[in-house]
Amino acid sequence: MNPSEHLAALQVVVPFLAAPLIVLLQARRLAWAATTLTSLLAFAIAIALTHGVLNGQDHQYFMGSWPAPYGIELRVDGFSAVLLLAITGASSAALLAGYHSLDQQIEPKRQPLFFAAWILALAGLTGIVVSADAFNIFVFMEISSLASYVLVAGGPDRRALPAVLKYLIFGTIGATFYLIGVGLIYMMTGTLNLADMELRIPEVADQSPVLVAAGFITVGLALKAALFPLHIWLPNAYTFSPHVVTVFLAACATKVSLYVLLRFDFFVFQQNITGHKLQFTVFFMSLAVFAILIASAVALFEKNLKRMLAWSSVAQIGYIMLGASIVSLAGLTASVLHVFNHAIAKGSLFLAVACLAMSFRGLRLGNIAGSAKAMPWTMGALVLSGLSLIGVPGTAGFISKWYLISAVFELGGGIAIFLTAVIVIGSLMAVVYIWRIVEHAYFRPPETDAVVREAPLGILTVTWIVALANLYFGINPELPVALSESAASALMGHIR
Amino acid sequence: MELLGYYNYWVFAIVLMVGFYAVIVRNNLIKKLLGLAIFQSAVFLMYITMDKVEGGTAPIIQEGVTDQIYSNPLPQVLILTAIVVGVSTTALGLAIVVRIKEAYGTIEEDDIIAKDRES
Repeated sequence: MNPSEHLAALQVVVPFLAAPLIVLLQARRLAWAATTLTSLLAFAIAIALTHGVLNGQDHQYFMGSWPAPYGIELRVDGFSAVLLLAITGASSAALLAGYHSLDQQIEPKRQPLFFAAWILALAGLTGIVVSADAFNIFVFMEISSLASYVLVAGGPDRRALPAVLKYLIFGTIGATFYLIGVGLIYMMTGTLNLADMELRIPEVADQSPVLVAAGFITVGLALKAALFPLHIWLPNAYTFSPHVVTVFLAACATKVSLYVLLRFDFFVFQQNITGHKLQFTVFFMSLAVFAILIASAVALFEKNLKRMLAWSSVAQIGYIMLGASIVSLAGLTASVLHVFNHAIAKGSLFLAVACLAMSFRGLRLGNIAGSAKAMPWTMGALVLSGLSLIGVPGTAGFISKWYLISAVFELGGGIAIFLTAVIVIGSLMAVVYIWRIVEHAYFRPPETDAVVREAPLGILTVTWIVALANLYFGINPELPVALSESAASALMGHIR
Repeated sequence: MELLGYYNYWVFAIVLMVGFYAVIVRNNLIKKLLGLAIFQSAVFLMYITMDKVEGGTAPIIQEGVTDQIYSNPLPQVLILTAIVVGVSTTALGLAIVVRIKEAYGTIEEDDIIAKDRES
């Protein structure tokens, strides 16, 4: 038996097997070590799978060796590889940072259970990405969601509880809509395997159950992806969850739903519903424009640091959707690239916030005034990743915005100018809200005389590694660009 | 009456909307979660309905019987999984409501929002 043949299955199985073992570990440090090791192992598996994809071979795996339409198929292509790297990388970085940060926020005796929920969330998210079976995706989606509700509810602030209940209600409605859609398609095609569905659906194309299914699946997944205007569960859930949970979820959770949405749409609906391409473009492009403009504007006036960055996440989902809504090779490349780059930028921003939270009780802008003097390293990382979020040349954020603008220009005419203006205005608003953080941290006197110390070395190191990744992928973007191009051509390959 | 022939699907749609309405309108968090449970149950009904083949029986192969029509067993298997998911969602939701009651002393959404404004 060659283990490299089973990598796609191991990606999900390893964290799943680790979860019950972690519950049994009573000592919190041991539980932390086991969780982090599992997460790093999952990261290593993701890297190995990515390596295979870069060599031009998609990884295909049949659970229990049952052939495709009957058994469950796992499949890893460029798009899945990008998300696998983002999920496992974010989880590993957040856990390493959590060594210091979590003790502040979670009681020691609850920590082993918290870590078990974490590893289940990791297993669920990776499961969604590797699975090629519509119903399996639903099950993994619910596993990851249930586990992440537990993670968010772990926050010490009582406002985390209503926030998580809202998250639970919206998440469940989204997943149930998806389930209805999958049921309707199963009714029409008799299959749950996405590739098989694509072969069978032309016979029943344009019949009303397929149309209804398209509606339910699109709205349900958009709800889970926090696409404007279905985002209202997101800001509070991100604000009140433990800081490292925010790092983990902000980097990948909503993007996984976008991944399913794009996959489903390009595999199943694009070819088989009359006028779908136009509807897809008009619907998502307008929502994306609203997301960029409105969410960025809200972030401008937000005083709580975490909520400001959460609103910025809603805007970034807009950029990702804007690229996808163009339905072209360049647009999809930009979109997948932004998934990757935004995961790094937002991950390191929230890590820097977790560093700040080691010394400050409140995370309002006023609370952190004057923090740069006492915490130069933390603020340095925050500024660097802020530049990447804005899209300054030399950082990862610039690469994806550049691809996005070139994709928009391919459209030509007034719409290209309008969309470019939207992207530029969105980026300018990002300059303003990042500047507000910088202004408070560097140019305002501290609010109190309390002695502020730099964050512990461990958490700082992790933050800087991720922050420097922003620079690295800004200067050497070959890896994410190659993956995104292969993802985009795979998706476009379904449009004949 | 072709419309009435689909009465199972009508029941599905009505139950779905009853649950959805409760989620949106109710102020009491437990009632909201019950609405959510009803909403999910409606989908179970849809899956169970679609596997039924007219005149079909339980899909068990018997010796000597060759012309039997069987109902499709797969949706039932699928929905068994979804029922488990639904139960765990409701359980988790109720557990969170218990903690909300401990932290806020109320489970009315308006009161919780008002208390958050004060603090």
